[in-house]
Amino acid sequence: MANSLIELRGVYKHFGPLTAVTGVDLQVEEGELFGLIGHNGAGKTTLFKMMLGLLPVSAGEIRIGGHAVRGEAFRQVRRSIGYLPESLALYDNLTGLETLHFFARLKGTDPTACTGLLDLMGLAGAAGQRVRNYSKGMRQRLGFAQALLGSPRLLFLDEPTNGLDPHGILEFYQILRDLRRGGVTVVLTSHILAEIQQRVDRLALMRNGGIQALGTVQSLREAQDLPLTLRVSFRTGAEADLRRCLAGQGVTVIAIDGDIARLECERGRKMVLLAALTGLGAMISDIEVHEPTLEDVFLGYAEHVS
Amino acid sequence: MNRIEFRPIGVIAGKEFRDRLRNRWVLAVACVFTVFALVIAYFGSAQQGAVGWRNIDVTIASLVSLVIYLLPLIALILGYDAIVAERERGSLDLLLSMPITRFELLLGKFLGLASALGVATVGGFGVAGALLFYQLGSAALYHYGGFIASAFLLGLAFLSLAVMVSVLAQDRVRASGVAIALWFFYVLVYDLLLLGVLVASAGRFSLDFFPVLLLLNPADIFRILNIFGYEDVRRLYGLATVFPETLANPWLLGSVMVFWIITPLGMAARRFK
Repeated sequence: MANSLIELRGVYKHFGPLTAVTGVDLQVEEGELFGLIGHNGAGKTTLFKMMLGLLPVSAGEIRIGGHAVRGEAFRQVRRSIGYLPESLALYDNLTGLETLHFFARLKGTDPTACTGLLDLMGLAGAAGQRVRNYSKGMRQRLGFAQALLGSPRLLFLDEPTNGLDPHGILEFYQILRDLRRGGVTVVLTSHILAEIQQRVDRLALMRNGGIQALGTVQSLREAQDLPLTLRVSFRTGAEADLRRCLAGQGVTVIAIDGDIARLECERGRKMVLLAALTGLGAMISDIEVHEPTLEDVFLGYAEHVS
Repeated sequence: MNRIEFRPIGVIAGKEFRDRLRNRWVLAVACVFTVFALVIAYFGSAQQGAVGWRNIDVTIASLVSLVIYLLPLIALILGYDAIVAERERGSLDLLLSMPITRFELLLGKFLGLASALGVATVGGFGVAGALLFYQLGSAALYHYGGFIASAFLLGLAFLSLAVMVSVLAQDRVRASGVAIALWFFYVLVYDLLLLGVLVASAGRFSLDFFPVLLLLNPADIFRILNIFGYEDVRRLYGLATVFPETLANPWLLGSVMVFWIITPLGMAARRFK
């Protein structure tokens, strides 16, 4: 592909008798926000580390920006990569500003940008504090600031919202949105699927070292053909009419609690069902249609395997 | 093969050095060296029933005994967790995701720690040296300078071993165990072992071969470097007196010491790669 920033071809990783990554083929386009999800031990972090050149591949090839992930040329590529590891470990004896200065010098970027990055992360007031006094959320934000040093073209973020409070998570994704507007490509992993389902362009679902599914969240939903969930609010005393209406529509009634019914129907029957419900007129006060969540998709694939 | 860049080496070395300055490691070790050097210089001849500033030969001979025990231990403690601690803490991946090669990281770590050790050694013994210069005159300074230089080389040799341990060990606990074992072996056991073999073999063990075995221990090289020039002192020592004069060239011994610095570091770099 012409615009692929990351290309993996037949990548394998063996640790002795254990195969951690099995034959992964993957392309991530420039400017894309790509999610990597999977159960613990699925191989996400190993794949991350191989893409960063921290682990050698056992077989196959990884290219970033057209360069193989090794050798002198990759040193230059690394200057344009930001990385936030899952288990972030910083130096407790350094202050926040010193930490960024250290990594900026190591990366060969302008250390004067550090103050601005601390400000962006809401850490300006703690710039002079030792990292040992930072909370987990502050450390994570400092780690994210570190990843942004040198205005990277590509970001690898492994569980980036670990330890962040809801406000911090929102701010994090706001910054990510701004970065993407600037053309930054982002590859991230997260166990909090609700968090990423609205935000990623595409994602790969990893299982046992391989890619089980790849595509947009919508395409994965459709491929799974999971039922839609409807929440129907009805007028008091209209339950019998509702049940009559639903009969023969291929609808599963999950529960009726007071004046609210929760239903499940096949995606293909959605419009027929909506028409039937609308036919009940004033007896129906509200209808909400819920697409399957990414979590449902994830569990659907897991069931498919088992 | 990656080209070596000196900037990232300098950044890592600078951080290691500053860390040791900041946590007062350098100051503490320098003070220990100064105090011990002064105490030994003043009270070193107490066994002979006299105290006070004596000649430089006796002072250096006393200091050699101190340094042989203390400096290897300090160097091993300084470097045993240089890499393994980063790996255990999880910061190694972040460091290696930067535009730095593994060799540059290792070399930066070694140079930073070596600088801290160097400042502590030269500073610590240097302060005592200034006082000795005042008491014993400028002639003493030449010998004392040689002693400091060889002490620094001894420290570097054990630091190199420590860095190798830090690369090979799976965790800090094992690394510390191996570091202590190395200290025991080279400082306490090795000479006894050689002496035991010499005695047990009742002369069958060739004396030609024996000096070469002494070169396999950096602590012995340091001892020979410092005491061979002093006839009075040589008699005090057992093992070093069997060392032939032809091998006692300071440049040759210095080169062997440099070999002792480069070899473990080279092995560590090869393994770390």
